[in-house]
Amino acid sequence: MWSSIALLAATKPIRITAMPDILHFEFMRNAFLAAILSSVACGIIGAYVVVRRLGFISGGIAHTAFGGIGLSYYLGLNPLAGIIPFSLAAAIGIGLLSRKARIAEDTAIGAFWAAGMSVGVILIGLTPGYAPNLFSYLFGNILTVPNSDLQLILLLDLLIIAVVWLFDKEFVAISFDEEYARISGLKTLALDLVMLCLIALTVVIMVRIVGIVMVIALLTIPAAIARSFSQSLYRMMATGILLAGLFSIAGLWLSWIFNLASGATIILVAALVFLVNALLRAGKARQTAC
Amino acid sequence: MTEPLIVCDRLCVDLGGAKVLDGLSLSVHEGDFLAVLGPNGGGKTTLLKVVLGLVRPTSGSVTVFGKEPGCAAGRIGYVPQRLDFDRSFPISAMEVVLMGRLSRKKLFQRYGRQDRQKALEALETTGLASLAQRRIGALSGGELQRALIARALAGEPELLLLDEPTASVDPDMKTTIYDLLDQLKKSHTIVLVTHDTGTIARHVSRIACLNCTLDMHEPGSTLGRSALDSLYGYPVDVVEHRAPRSHETYPDHRHA
Repeated sequence: MWSSIALLAATKPIRITAMPDILHFEFMRNAFLAAILSSVACGIIGAYVVVRRLGFISGGIAHTAFGGIGLSYYLGLNPLAGIIPFSLAAAIGIGLLSRKARIAEDTAIGAFWAAGMSVGVILIGLTPGYAPNLFSYLFGNILTVPNSDLQLILLLDLLIIAVVWLFDKEFVAISFDEEYARISGLKTLALDLVMLCLIALTVVIMVRIVGIVMVIALLTIPAAIARSFSQSLYRMMATGILLAGLFSIAGLWLSWIFNLASGATIILVAALVFLVNALLRAGKARQTAC
Repeated sequence: MTEPLIVCDRLCVDLGGAKVLDGLSLSVHEGDFLAVLGPNGGGKTTLLKVVLGLVRPTSGSVTVFGKEPGCAAGRIGYVPQRLDFDRSFPISAMEVVLMGRLSRKKLFQRYGRQDRQKALEALETTGLASLAQRRIGALSGGELQRALIARALAGEPELLLLDEPTASVDPDMKTTIYDLLDQLKKSHTIVLVTHDTGTIARHVSRIACLNCTLDMHEPGSTLGRSALDSLYGYPVDVVEHRAPRSHETYPDHRHA
């Protein structure tokens, strides 16, 4: 990879900058801080998403949140004011519909997913003028994270850590064996909804970084890679945080050097590592099989 | 005589429009070791789920420890049939067994030293102490089955419900599990769902033959070929029910 970068540097005038120089700019400092802070939520909640196979429901929650963005535009509010209630409502709505109303989970997810997007599209259409930042919510723009958003991300991180710590044994139980958890007297539906709400809050954080469309990748890829190295759920979370942080920083740095879209570069770095890891594991499995 | 631990009275269960249990009356007393035999779809697992409070009866009544099913979580140890857990789940045998302590803990309360102690004792009882830290995916079928028994024991239950604990293990491990049950029956009331028609009679105190309705067999009776053939609808091993070594009998609970 380094030789190709050098090759590109020789043929094109590209800013090859050492890390400390990037950090001269406040927006870059904020971007790196946002990358690191969001990785915490991503690694922790991603572990549950992967072991419980909640990837699709996470995608549904994220896309429903687009309705919230539309509403904020229409009312002239901070987009987060719309994203937070919409994603939480999606989490609880999908959770209740699929677990209580005997509706197949993927049906409930699909309905919320498309309805949320539709609400967003209609409300943005009704708002006079052009919606300039729309693209950044769909595909993320880590370079425009203001200080106030950093504080919010930190707050949500702390909230997620606190809830996960409190529900430690309950979350492990419903993740590994939900029926046994229920027999043991746990309120599994309520616990399930709490977990889905945590996913919704993580989505809120990630929309800033990689955008609605690509949230699923950062919720699943770091945790999925971490699982193959981890003895316990907590190590999986720690490894997931580390990997998510590495992908974000590497993606951010590469996007800076090559002047690419930051969110998409972060996702591509993660996807590349995921692919290499999967191929290596497949190769290893084949070796031991022979 | 003490009150029975489980009382089913004319219990009916419909699942998706099909009658799974039809007019089942049964009681299980303290110290019983009851085997529930019967063909697949005969309602064996459903019966356990009703007792656990997972499935509601359509009609009839069930009490467990004198209460509604599902209200006596801490006194029941359950060993589920399915072994199709996500094997890639990053969790150790010890952590799985600790889940047996769930019913004894409050919300937000963390597992303490006593919980770890009980979990370790349960692992020792089932011969898995040396594998406590092993990841669940690295256990064999028999080891996983014993880990699930350990999980049930860790909660210090009075009543053990086991759903085909020998279904997916080799014959050697089967013997190990029955030896374990022989040891456990001294201190626990056990209800065992099984297909092991040949070997079961040597271990248990009573046999219930379940095919939507119930046929009860007390010690000393022989569950003849015709009875079993009509139960299963195809030839099976004859069950000769000799009086087991140690048990209390309740000859007043016979149901035809």
